[in-house]
Amino acid sequence: MNNIVEMRDIRKEFPGVVACDDITFQVKKGEIHALLGENGAGKSTLMNILFGLYQPDQGDIYLRGEKANIANPNIANDLGIGMVHQHFKLVHNFTVTENIILGLEPTRHFMINKKTASARIAELSKRYSLNVNPDSIISDVSVGMQQRVEILKMLYRDAEILIFDEPTAVLTPQEVRELMKIMRGLIDEGKTIILITHKLREIMAIASRCTVIRRGSVVGTVNVADTTEEKLAEMMVGRTVLFDVEKGEGKPGKEMLQIEKLTVEGTGGGHGLKDFSLTVRCGEILGLAGVDGNGQSELVEAIIGLRRANDGRVLIGGQNVTALSVRDRIQIGMAHIPEDRHKHGLILDYTVQENLILKNYFTEPFSRKGILDWNYIYGHAERVIRDFDIRAGEGAHATARSLSGGNQQKAIVGREIDGNPDLLVAVQPTRGLDVGAIEYIHKRLVEQRDQGKAVLLISLELDEILDLSDRIAVIFNGELVGIVNVDDADENMIGLMMAGGKKEVSA
Amino acid sequence: MKTRVRVKKDFTMSLFAVLLGMLAGALLMLVTGSNPIENFYYLFRGGLMNIERIGNTLATATPLIFAGLSVAFAFKTGLFNIGGAGQMLIGGLCATAIGLTFSWPKPILLTVIVLASLFGGALWGALPGVLKARFNVHEVVSTIMMNWIAYWSVFYIVPQYFKGPFLETESQRIPEAASLKIPWLTSLFSGSYINLGIFLAVVCVVIISIILERTTLGYELKAVGYNRDAASAAGINVNRNIVLSMAIAGALAGLGGATFYVGFASNMQIGVLPSQGFDGIAVALLGANSPWGALAAAIFFGLLHTGKGFMSAMTVTPPEISDTIIATIIYFAATSVLIERNWNRIKQYSPVALYKKVRPGGVDSTAGGEQ
Repeated sequence: MNNIVEMRDIRKEFPGVVACDDITFQVKKGEIHALLGENGAGKSTLMNILFGLYQPDQGDIYLRGEKANIANPNIANDLGIGMVHQHFKLVHNFTVTENIILGLEPTRHFMINKKTASARIAELSKRYSLNVNPDSIISDVSVGMQQRVEILKMLYRDAEILIFDEPTAVLTPQEVRELMKIMRGLIDEGKTIILITHKLREIMAIASRCTVIRRGSVVGTVNVADTTEEKLAEMMVGRTVLFDVEKGEGKPGKEMLQIEKLTVEGTGGGHGLKDFSLTVRCGEILGLAGVDGNGQSELVEAIIGLRRANDGRVLIGGQNVTALSVRDRIQIGMAHIPEDRHKHGLILDYTVQENLILKNYFTEPFSRKGILDWNYIYGHAERVIRDFDIRAGEGAHATARSLSGGNQQKAIVGREIDGNPDLLVAVQPTRGLDVGAIEYIHKRLVEQRDQGKAVLLISLELDEILDLSDRIAVIFNGELVGIVNVDDADENMIGLMMAGGKKEVSA
Repeated sequence: MKTRVRVKKDFTMSLFAVLLGMLAGALLMLVTGSNPIENFYYLFRGGLMNIERIGNTLATATPLIFAGLSVAFAFKTGLFNIGGAGQMLIGGLCATAIGLTFSWPKPILLTVIVLASLFGGALWGALPGVLKARFNVHEVVSTIMMNWIAYWSVFYIVPQYFKGPFLETESQRIPEAASLKIPWLTSLFSGSYINLGIFLAVVCVVIISIILERTTLGYELKAVGYNRDAASAAGINVNRNIVLSMAIAGALAGLGGATFYVGFASNMQIGVLPSQGFDGIAVALLGANSPWGALAAAIFFGLLHTGKGFMSAMTVTPPEISDTIIATIIYFAATSVLIERNWNRIKQYSPVALYKKVRPGGVDSTAGGEQ
C-alpha cells in the first residue's frame, strides 16, 4: 500500500448533527491532497480526528498501513503528523526559536540550550528555503513569515504528514504564490500534505488529488488534472454554481460617504488609521482590499460611530457625523453588515423577529409610546423572512442561535437592506458562508448599487472585491495605498498594493 | 409559542430542583433519625394550617419577592446585583426615618414612605451602575461594598437620630400610621404579619413583566444583557441602560426594605444585613429569572421559613433542617443548568435509547456497510 494515511468509515456525531458520516479518506505518500468542502461540511472535524483533537465514534485510522490510535495531539506528533491551524498558535513576544522549541525544549543541566535548537532551525529553514531568521521576535514579522514559523514547527518535530487548515486566508496573492512554492519544496523532500480549503483555484494550482466532502459524506475523490473548477464547485455544492456576478455598468452619483484625513488609534498595538481619506458615491460599490489587521476594523468602527476619531472627519450624505452617536448615524441612513455576525450583528438569544427590529424598534409602527406592537413586528418579520429567503425552523419565533450561519447572515442583510439605507457598509459579508448564500448576498449588494445606494465593501477575499466593486481602494498599515478602477485592476497589481507597494492614484 | 415552551421547560427544571432538594432533606432527616414524612407534614402545616399562618407565609415572602425580582431583573439585563441587602437597608432606613419624623394622615404618609424607599434603593443601585458604566468597576464588587456602606450608615444613623427608648441597638417603633400593616387585613388573617407589601409586590411583578416583555425599554435592557457589543453596534446606549437597570433593581430591593422594616417588622435593628437581600439570589435562580417565577419561588421559600418553627416544635428535628433543605434546593436549582445541558445525554442512556442501540438492525448494523 502506498497510502500513508487511510481513514476508514470515520463517523463522528455531535448533538443534533452528524459531522462525519462514514467518511473514508486516503492520502498517498508524497502528494498534495486537497480536502474541499463548504463551511460545516465536516472537513475540519475529519482533520481534527486525524490530529487527535477528537475521537471518532466509529472507524479506524491507518498510518503507513498500520492501525493507529491517535488519542491526543501529542501522539499525532509522535506519529509524524503536524498541523498548521488557521489561527496561528504562536507566542508573540517570543523569538522564532523559542516558539518552535516550546514543549520540547532541549536542556543541558536544567538550562534551555537555545543554541543547538537555533542552529537546527536555521538549517531546516535553509533546506526548505523558508527564509526564516530564528532570532526574530514573532510580533516583528509578517503574517506570511509567522505561517512559515508554523511550518518550521512541524518540520522541527519531524512531521511527515502536514495538514494545512485554510492556509491562504490571511495571505496576499504574492504570499500565496510563495507558500505554494514552499509546499512544492516540501513534497520534493518527501513530505505529504493535506490541504483544507474552499478555494478552488488553489486546488487547481497545486493539489494532485482532491476529496470533496458535502454534509459529512464524501462526494468523491478526483485527480485534479482530470477536472475543472466548475466540476469541483458542483461536487461541493450539489448543483451548478454561477461564478460571475451579473452586474451592469454602474452609474455613480453624488458623494454619499466622505472620509477626510481620518486618524484613529489602533487597538492593542494594531495599526489604526493615519490620514485616511476616501469617498464612496451613490450607485457604486467601492471595495476596500487589504490584508487582515491593516486598519480595516478601525475604519469600520470610526464610520459607524463605535470609535472616536482623533483627527479628521466623516460625512454621510454631506452631513458631518464625526461627533454623532451610532443611532444618529443609522437614522441619517447608514446600514452596517458587521464582520462578526455573532458579536456585532445579532443577539443570538433573541428570536428572528426581535433581531429584525434591532435598529428601529423604537420607531413607529414597531412601537408606540414605548410599547412594542408584537403583531406588527411579527408581520414585518414574516415579510422579511419571505423577501430574503431566511430559512428558520420556527420562522419568526426561532431564536437566532438556532439558524445556520448562512441564514443568520441573510437575517442581518435583510434587516439592513430592508431599512432602505443610503449607505451600506458591508464588512466580510460572505465570510464562512456556502457558495449558495454567497451568490445570494452578492446579488443583493449589486441590487443595492443599482438602486443608487452607496456600498462600501470591505473584504479579505480578493475575488469578492474584484467581482463586485466598481472601484477598488487598498489599505495597508492604516494608510490608503491607492484607488483603482476595477477595469484597470488585476490581481497582481492589487496584491502588490496590499503588501504596501505604492500605486499612483488613478481614479 | 417558543416562549411558552421555554417557560414550561424552566418550570419543569425548577420543580425538579425542588423535588431533589426535598429528597436530599428527607435523607438528612433519616440520617438524624427522624421521620421525613412526619417532618414534611409539619413543615407545610406550619406554613399553611390556618389563615394566620398563611398570612405569615405571605408576609415572610413579601421582601423575598422584591429581592428576587431585583436580582432577576438585573440578571435579565446582564448584571449581577448582590447589593439587595444594602438596597433593602437604605429603603428601610428611608421608610423608617419618614415614619418617625412626620405625622401625616396614613394614606399620604404611606405614599411618601413607599416613594422614599423606592428612590433610596434606586440611588443605592444606580451608584454601582454609574461606576460600571463610567469606570468599568464590576458590579459584584461595588454592590457588596455598597452593602457595607449601608450597614454602617444604619449603624450610625439609627442610634444617633432614631434611638429607641430602651435599647441602643434598635430604632423606636414606628407609629401605626407609618406601618404597612392595616387593621382590616390583619384581622382578615387573624392577626398575622401580612401587610400591604404583598399587594405592592404583586403589582411590581406585573409591572416588571410588562416592562420586560412589552416595552422598548425592556427590549433594550435585555438586548444589552444578552449581547452588549451587538446592542451598541445597533445604536443602543449601553451605559445608560446599565445605570437604568441597576437603578430599577435597586428600587425594587428598596421597596422590599420598606415592606420588611415598616411592614413585617416595626423598627430597625442595627448591625444586621437583611438575609433576604441574599436569599433574593436564590429566589431569582429558582424562579429562572422570570418575574412570575420569582413570585412563586419567594412564596415557596416563605412557606419553608414560616413552617420550620412549627416543624421543630412538633418533632425532634432542629429548624436548621429546613434551612438545609432550602440550601439544597438552591444547589439543585443552580445545577439544573447542568442537567439541562446534559439532557440529551441523559435521554441517550434511557432504557428506550439503550434498547434501540443494541437491537439488531439498529444504528450499529447500518454503519460501515457500503464502501
